[in-house]
Amino acid sequence: MNKLLIALSLTCGLAQASWADGGMDILKSQCSSCHNLTGPAPQTLKEIWARKGPDLFYAGNRYRKEWLIQWLQNPTQIRPAGEFYEDHIKPGPKRDVVDPSTLKPHVALSKADAEAVADTLMTLKPKSDLIAKEKIDDGTVSLSMGEMAFDKFLGCMACHRIEPDYGGLSGPELYTAGKRLQPEYMASYIRSPQAWDPKIWMPNKHVSDGNIQKLVHYLEALSKEKENGK
Amino acid sequence: MGNKLIFLALFVLSLPAMARESAKDNYRTYCVQCHGMAGNGKGVNIRDMSVQPRDHTDAKAMSTRSDDTLFKVIKEGGLSIDKSVLMPPWGDTLSDDEIRDMAQYLRTLCKCKYGGS
Ligand code: HEC
Ligand code: HEC
Ligand code: HEC
Repeated sequence: MNKLLIALSLTCGLAQASWADGGMDILKSQCSSCHNLTGPAPQTLKEIWARKGPDLFYAGNRYRKEWLIQWLQNPTQIRPAGEFYEDHIKPGPKRDVVDPSTLKPHVALSKADAEAVADTLMTLKPKSDLIAKEKIDDGTVSLSMGEMAFDKFLGCMACHRIEPDYGGLSGPELYTAGKRLQPEYMASYIRSPQAWDPKIWMPNKHVSDGNIQKLVHYLEALSKEKENGK
Repeated sequence: MGNKLIFLALFVLSLPAMARESAKDNYRTYCVQCHGMAGNGKGVNIRDMSVQPRDHTDAKAMSTRSDDTLFKVIKEGGLSIDKSVLMPPWGDTLSDDEIRDMAQYLRTLCKCKYGGS
């Protein structure tokens, strides 16, 4: 049932987009070889290993539009160990290390194309039901309290970087997450990564509502720090 | 009534039927990031971690853990056995069957069993 609804709303989304602009033409011709534009997310390990780039079929639920427009013109690395991480690591003398020779720069778009693509991507919203469940209150958290929760109490730093050279490498850097991602998406993803991407290698840590709020406020504050500006 | 049945049927059919993956493949995907490609605790993530992941090839340490303890720590995470929060819970990622398979797979990495090596 859910799947049917998703399929239906997605088809409508796609149809709408292709009337609206050339964004979908670009996506289909230049991007669909690496990015899934129609869903569903990988359901088996084989499928998730074969994934060549992040899923974009729920881009409108996930990204901030201003960030998309900028990043598509000047792409920078987000996942230190690429996608799928195990294809980009090798044994090192002290521990496994990233093999940079396996990571290729991302294609860049002109301003006009980036805007057209961002317009189209923002119409892809098959997961709005999950987003609607999240309410971000307007509290704040100090960077030091946030970091304590992120590193010590919840152990998120094991896989994510919270500054350019601190933290784990198998997940995307999070010191830029506040610029890149919608706050409700962050909350929903932390609540259940598997609801977005059933085979992903981020575990559900059963974070409490209060800590989810704290983490989202922290990630938003973190990306406003000067040294994290990109 | 008929409608409800059809609804129910559609619902059941659309439940994700996740296939049971092999422990080796699950280990590659979920454990190698911290426990390492060689299972020796030297994963790509460990540089800044305050508690280092267990060396799964260490027969001495691994033989002190019963299968039930292994099941519990994989399903519920380090905190459930008074260990570090950096060892995550995998109960929402792996089925109970897959976790049991994983505990047996760890025995092949340490070449050990509970109570002896
Ligand atoms: C050769 C494969 C490939 C092609 C072709 C490609 N991408 Fe990507 N894309 C990637 C990978 C890999 C990443 C992840 C980069 C990272 O995390 O450092 C990525 C990341 C992205 C992101 C950021 C998503 C996120 O969650 O971090 C966006 C947006 C994106 N690509 C859009 C596009 C668009 C639009 C096109 C077509 C113009 C395109 N990509 C073509 C492989 C590709
Ligand atoms: C075992 C590794 C691991 C741990 C531990 C972990 N994550 Fe993740 N995280 C990931 C991976 C992998 C992704 C998926 C990124 C992708 O789509 O490519 C992710 C995605 C995310 C995202 C969405 C990022 C995006 O660009 O879409 C957020 C937000 C996040 N994690 C926050 C957290 C928080 C908060 C914690 C601690 C409660 C945490 N993570 C713990 C591996 C991890
Ligand atoms: C985010 C990093 C991380 C990931 C991913 C991870 N572990 Fe761990 N694991 C740890 C750390 C750290 C410890 C050590 C905990 C301690 O000694 O307090 C540990 C300890 C363990 C232990 C020993 C517990 C004991 O009895 O002392 C087992 C067994 C284990 N992990 C299995 C797994 C399995 C199986 C997976 C994959 C499904 C996995 N781990 C994924 C970090 C991780």
